[in-house]
This record gives sequence, C-alpha cells and structure tokens, in this order.
Amino acid sequence: MSERASFGFETRAIHAGARPDPVTGSRNVPIHQTTSYVFDDAEQAAALFNLATFGFIYSRITNPTVAALEERVASLEGGRAAVAAASGHAAQFLAFFTLLEPGDEFVASRALYGGSITQFTHSFARLGWKGRLVDPQDPESFRRALTPRTKAIFLENLANPGGVVVDLEAVAAVAREAGIPLIVDNTLASPWLCRPFEWGADLVVHSTTKFLSGHGTSMGGVLVESGKFDWSKGGKFPSLAGPEPAYHGLNFYETFGDFGFTMKARAVALRDFGPSMAPMNAFLTITGIETLPLRMERHVRNALEVARFLESHPRVAWVSYAGLESSPWHALAKKYLPRGAGSVFTFGVKGGYAAGVKLVESCELFSHLANVGDTRSLVIHPASTTHRQLSDEQRAAAGAGPDVVRLSVGLESAADLIRDLDQALGSG
Amino acid sequence: MTDDLEYSDAELRRIFRDSRVVAMVGASPKWVRPSHFVFRYLQQKGFRVIPVNPQNAGEKVLGETVRASLREVPEKVDVVDVFRNSAAAGPITDEAIAIGARVVWMQLTVRNDEAAARARAAGLEVVMNRCMKIEYGRLFGELGWCGVDTGVISSKRLRVNR
Repeated sequence: MSERASFGFETRAIHAGARPDPVTGSRNVPIHQTTSYVFDDAEQAAALFNLATFGFIYSRITNPTVAALEERVASLEGGRAAVAAASGHAAQFLAFFTLLEPGDEFVASRALYGGSITQFTHSFARLGWKGRLVDPQDPESFRRALTPRTKAIFLENLANPGGVVVDLEAVAAVAREAGIPLIVDNTLASPWLCRPFEWGADLVVHSTTKFLSGHGTSMGGVLVESGKFDWSKGGKFPSLAGPEPAYHGLNFYETFGDFGFTMKARAVALRDFGPSMAPMNAFLTITGIETLPLRMERHVRNALEVARFLESHPRVAWVSYAGLESSPWHALAKKYLPRGAGSVFTFGVKGGYAAGVKLVESCELFSHLANVGDTRSLVIHPASTTHRQLSDEQRAAAGAGPDVVRLSVGLESAADLIRDLDQALGSG
Repeated sequence: MTDDLEYSDAELRRIFRDSRVVAMVGASPKWVRPSHFVFRYLQQKGFRVIPVNPQNAGEKVLGETVRASLREVPEKVDVVDVFRNSAAAGPITDEAIAIGARVVWMQLTVRNDEAAARARAAGLEVVMNRCMKIEYGRLFGELGWCGVDTGVISSKRLRVNR
C-alpha cells in the first residue's frame, strides 16, 4: 500500500507523515522531546550542516514529531512541503522574511485578523517592509496597489472576523500576472473546507492553534508551499533563485526545486529567528487533525443553526455569516466553501458597544476569550479586545465595529448554544 | 513534481535497488553546488559514484577521480546521472547507450524527450526532471524529515535499508 496513490482526505488526515516508527514499531507518532541528535561522525555532521543530507541536528530547525505534522498539513493542503512555527504569527513572519528585502512591499487584504494588521502595519514596517492594505471585495484593488517592489499578495480567504469571502481565483490571477506569489491564510476554513492551492494560491499559512489543533490546547503555525511557483522567473527573488549569502551562497531553488522555498524558510528564517514549534504541541496538533473532517462537519452545521437563530432574534441587528442566504458573500462561499462557511462569524447587537460588552459578559456556556476554532463555543467583542489597537476606520474595515460580536461555534449541542445566546441577549 | 512525466514508486525503487554504480555527468567539485550534494548523499547511501566532467578531469571529488567522459569510466555503469542542460543531455544519452548503462537519469529541469526515446529503444530506463537524492529520500523515508509531502502512506514499519 505504500505506492504513491491518491488517498482520500480522511485517510491522509490520519496517516500522512506518520508511518510506524522504524525502530520500535510505535504506531502513534512518538513525542521526540529532545533538543539535539547525535552525529554518526564528523563527516555526517558536516553533511547535515551543509544541507547535503537529510537528518536532524537541533530541534530549532527540525524535529521528527514536528516533521510528521509538517508533512501531514502539506498533504492535506495539496502542497509540496511545509514548515511549522511556534504560532500563526510566526509562520507569517517566516513567509515574509523568506520573500522580502528591506524596502520591499506587499499588498494585503484589509479584512484580516486584527493581530495580522498590527503585525503588518507596525512591526513589519520597522523591518522596512511596507504592507498596503486594500479592499478585498474588489479583486482589482490588489492590482491597483502593485508597485515594482511588490513581492507578494496576502489575504484571508474566509476573513476573521467579518465573514468576508474573497474571490480567490480572481486575486490569484492578479498575482500570477504580476509574477508574485499569492499567500492565503487558510486558518478559518481549514483544508477540509477550502484548499487555496486549487484556486491558484502559491503559499498557505495557518494558525494551527485553531481548527487544525482544534481543542484549544496548543499554539502553532504552519507555512505550506504549493511547489508550483517559479522563483527564477522575472528575477524578483534573488535570495531564493540565486546564491543566498546567509547560507554560504547556496541556491535554494536550484538545489531543492519545488520545495526550495520551504528549505530556505527553515534553514534561514527559522534557524536565525528561532520561532520553532514545540514537539508536544506538534503531537497534540497531529492528534487533532485526525478528526478534522468530522469536527468541521459539526462546526459548520452548528454554526448555521446558531446563525439562523440569531438572524431571527429581535435584539440582533444583523448577522454576517457567509453560510446564510442573506450574506453578500453567500455566492462566493458556495463556490469556494461548498462544505460550509466555517464556524466563526459576527453579528451586530442592537445597542452598540455597551450592548456588545453586556452580551459577552452574560454568556454562561460560550466562553469569553480571544481564540477561535476550539471544540468549545467562544465569544468575544472585537472592538474592546482583539481589534482595540486599530483606528475606528480600520476596525470598521476589518468588520470589527462597536456593535460587533464574534462567535466561534463549537461542537456542543446546538440547542444548548442557542439557549445560552438567547438568555444573554435578553428577551424583548 | 509539476510535469506530465510519471514514474511509479515501484519503478524508481527498483532502479535504486538494482543499481550500484552511478556515473555523474557534470559533477562539480564545489561543495555548494547541487551535484555535489547528490554525489555525497548517494555515496553515503552505498552507491559508487564516479564524477564525469571534462573541465576537472584527473581531479578528485570525494575520493573519486574525475573522468573526462563516460567512455573513460573504468567501471560498469548502472545509472548515468545528468547534471547538464537539456540539450547536452542528448549526446550524453547516446554515450550512455554506447557504454551499456541501464538507466539514464536527468536531474531537475533537465528533459530531452528525443534522447529519452532513443534510450528506451535501446532498452534503457529513463527518468527525467527528477533528483536522485530527493527521490531516494522520498522512497526510503528521509524526505519527510524536512516537511516535504512524500505521498507515501503505509501501516508497515519503515525499512531503512533499500
């Protein structure tokens, strides 16, 4: 059965990257809780440091448990290779550090997780990387923001928190014509609901903390490469398709071909900045992924029930869930997310900021916290928390205005979730 | 790989299992070059690798004398591994046929369909636009160590020797 066959998603969610251990026969992926690995001899050590052979040196760069997770996510996304990181933010850093030089630019959707907007506009700016934020509802807005120094386009295909679905295929065409990669944050959809590579994306990032891990136990991120982008074309990426000074002049694209980007992200960005994933977190995330298809089915079913309830509630002003027929993104969701529009969405409570705060404080089953993609249902008021460091204008653009409440609908009994929201909203 | 070439895992595994001597045309003595990586890796996996490069004939690469051409390789060659461009792969393939090699393997980005047809007609096996190191690592369990999707799924314990 080891023939390279096209195994189904559910099979790969359980088996990809995880053969029984060659030494012990251990069926589950062992937790390799070690910092380092012995060398056979000085010659083998030199070959490892030079990347001339495959193997392990130090868990900042590679670890067998983390590698199993990386291969599994690469497989589920339909990508060639992946590198894991300590968090989704760290994965984004690895992606941009591997692509950009100081003075370079990228164009990003303005409908993003608030933390990403802050990372891009403040912290990345201090490294000399300029992120231009544009309206993702018009694919042409990405094209209009391109300059000769633009090296990438970044977006969330299912945006957090506003429920915005982006026309992936159209934006991928803009990136392709510009000769730059499209990076998609696929965190809220997970590869079970959407695989951005199938629509022309070149790189995918995840916060594995969310649906992939799935149980609110483990921080993590992953950066996946499609293997289809030609880094040598157009001369825009000399540190990938030319001699890389940080690695003795190694040409990563020539040496490693369709996983050269991942090798450089690992051997330079991860090595030198060190945001590696802990083996224990990788193990918990691997275990989470085994049930991803089952969990996502329930997540989207519960989310739709809760969204329909809220839409009919007198104290709710609006509901933005792309799974509802009333959503302006419903048609795009049917195209890109045919199995369901995720389980993170927003709604507006009548009474504005104060009413939003009161609602989250009144929930007894929904947990008031700053995460999404847990088995538990979660609630937050973005304007007072995740998006509070943004300007009023940025908050509105990100779908985090004063009356907005964000839900991450979990796997509990839908009737219990509805009853909790009903009591928290109050009657009449 | 994103091309229309298809090589089954069984076919590639058999090539590795049945081969001992690899003549590497275009082998570079510089350690930072891709050919040097593959040379060293295959050597470590137990293959006898013989460098062929007229520019460095007579020099030593990792203990092996560089030969000026395939015809000057004293050993019986199983695989001719081509680290030259696609056009140069044509005459190299003809030479591989002439010396009685069993396999012509063209590295990443190297592809010459006409040469491949001539080799196949002469009874040789041909692999194009693939890397011997990457494919060996993929099939024998090492490629996944750096996060690459090997496509290999199995409930059997991995056998590390080929």
